Amino acid sequence: MSKQKKVQVTYPEGVYVAPKKSLLKYIATNKWLYILLLPGLLYLLVYNYLPMFGVVIAFQDFNMVKGIFHSDFIGWENFALLFQEQRFYEVFANSVILSFYNLIFGFPIPVILAVLLNEIKQDLFKRFVQTVSYLPYFISWVVVSGMLLQYLSQSDGMVNFIIEKLGGEKLPFLMSPKYFRGIIVVANMWKGAGWGSIIYLAAMSNLDQQVYEAALIDGANRFQRMRYITIPGIMSTIITVLILNMGTIMNNGFEQIFMLQNSMNLEVSEVFETYTYKQGLMLGNFGYSTAVGLFKSVVSFFLVMTTNFIARKVGQKGLW
Amino acid sequence: MKNKLYFFDYVNFVLMGLVIVITLYPFLNVFAISFSSYAEYLENPLRIWPASWALGAYRDILGRSTLWSSYGNTIFVALATTVIALFMYLLTAYPLSRKDLRGKSGIMTFIVFTMMFNGGLIPTFYLIRSLHLYNTLWALIFTMLFSAYNVTLMKNFMESIPDSLVEAARIDGASEFYILFRIMAPLSKAIIATLAMFVAVGQWNAYASSIYYIKDSSKWTLALFLREIILGSSIQNVVSGAGEDLMEETVEPITMQYAALIITVVPILVVYPFVQKYFVKGMMVGSVKE
Repeated sequence: MSKQKKVQVTYPEGVYVAPKKSLLKYIATNKWLYILLLPGLLYLLVYNYLPMFGVVIAFQDFNMVKGIFHSDFIGWENFALLFQEQRFYEVFANSVILSFYNLIFGFPIPVILAVLLNEIKQDLFKRFVQTVSYLPYFISWVVVSGMLLQYLSQSDGMVNFIIEKLGGEKLPFLMSPKYFRGIIVVANMWKGAGWGSIIYLAAMSNLDQQVYEAALIDGANRFQRMRYITIPGIMSTIITVLILNMGTIMNNGFEQIFMLQNSMNLEVSEVFETYTYKQGLMLGNFGYSTAVGLFKSVVSFFLVMTTNFIARKVGQKGLW
Repeated sequence: MKNKLYFFDYVNFVLMGLVIVITLYPFLNVFAISFSSYAEYLENPLRIWPASWALGAYRDILGRSTLWSSYGNTIFVALATTVIALFMYLLTAYPLSRKDLRGKSGIMTFIVFTMMFNGGLIPTFYLIRSLHLYNTLWALIFTMLFSAYNVTLMKNFMESIPDSLVEAARIDGASEFYILFRIMAPLSKAIIATLAMFVAVGQWNAYASSIYYIKDSSKWTLALFLREIILGSSIQNVVSGAGEDLMEETVEPITMQYAALIITVVPILVVYPFVQKYFVKGMMVGSVKE
């Protein structure tokens, strides 16, 4: 979520700065710079900005055949419908709760992993652990879901095999609302913990080694060094990441949910992404689905703006 | 910081060993089962080495024409997206990396705003339909050609290249094209490689966009093929969720699903050790500001 505020242009001593020309003259002499920018900006205009205007669909009784210019305009009706819909509130709650669980349980793991990795002085081993732990990040959610569906299968899954061997009762992991959130949280940990630790390791590599040596001479033990040097050293990074993660609390990602979702766990697994997809592309309630999407986009926008603003205040600099 | 090992170090080794096991075990297990028979699977689903090197699952999977078309489609989408997207990134990032570009902050706001707000699924879907891209592979490609985040990374990288190079070339009368492709691009190889990896892997793994925009099985990507194999059901059964009544009595035997998983991940697993340093570099560039 990069946000570029006004760019302060400062020239180092001795650099030749062309005298300010009038804007038109400047553009004329540098027209190629602007021509190079055109394809990218045009692309954004078509693929990102046009859909933003496309949200008028939310105020229409939209019909694919009639199209956006000829569908009937119905004002706030879709929104009125949405706020009366019990399901909408469930979806809202599910989205936030699932993100929140991912945040509380998933957030500390990369920090802990990074702190422990930092204590390994055998470079080769350290690099091996890092390389291995980043791998799951590059595995598709379809593949991860495929594994989960089989591992957690009630009839012949590996997890139930273990439970049974230990004398327990087989559990319907995916066919019950009880376990769904836990499964997603664990899958996210497996997929993202290693990758998430990179940012903290990077922050640690900027810490002054002399401070560690001084602490060593002063007789600080390992835990004291972690507690009083490493963790405070990366605290601003931790806080920034935490705040920015809060900005995405409305988002869960379609891919991690969709394949594990079924009618038995729908009451907890339906989130904004899957709901708008089903309402829109499967049931053809385009206007209603767009209204739900717009609601989500607007709330997300303010969350991201707010959290970025706070991150900037707290951590001196926003992350991106 | 001496190399003397303490009790803590041994605990740490064990913990890190655990991380390795937890990460790699699923891959080994899926690999082992894909080469086993169903009976062997039931006997011990936890195995990490094939019981008999049974090839039935692979024979079945590799014999399906949709696998090959899906594979080809995925390769095409990943390659085309990577080439075109990187070209777009270069074109956009270079002018923005120039300190003297007027209107830069306005243009950056225009770009970065797309990360903050989007029209959502239906308006984008309607656009794709209106452009007659629905149910074509180009829908998957065209929706991924630009990333404000990646362009910002490339711009930041280019800003770190000394201005004097560009200035000297300009004084010599080099065109902006020449400067971009003969000077900046070769010097930006590191970031180009990194972003290319991200775009390619992203497209290889992409799943949602295929679900939104692809209908015909001849245009399936690997993700859709895999879903078909895993859910063992036709698309209609997925309407209410994930084909719930078919999930338990897996129509397709599990060993075949695992073989399909392996076939999908193998390209990633094979290239990963060689390219992971680029990924890490990319993450570093993105996360550590100056």
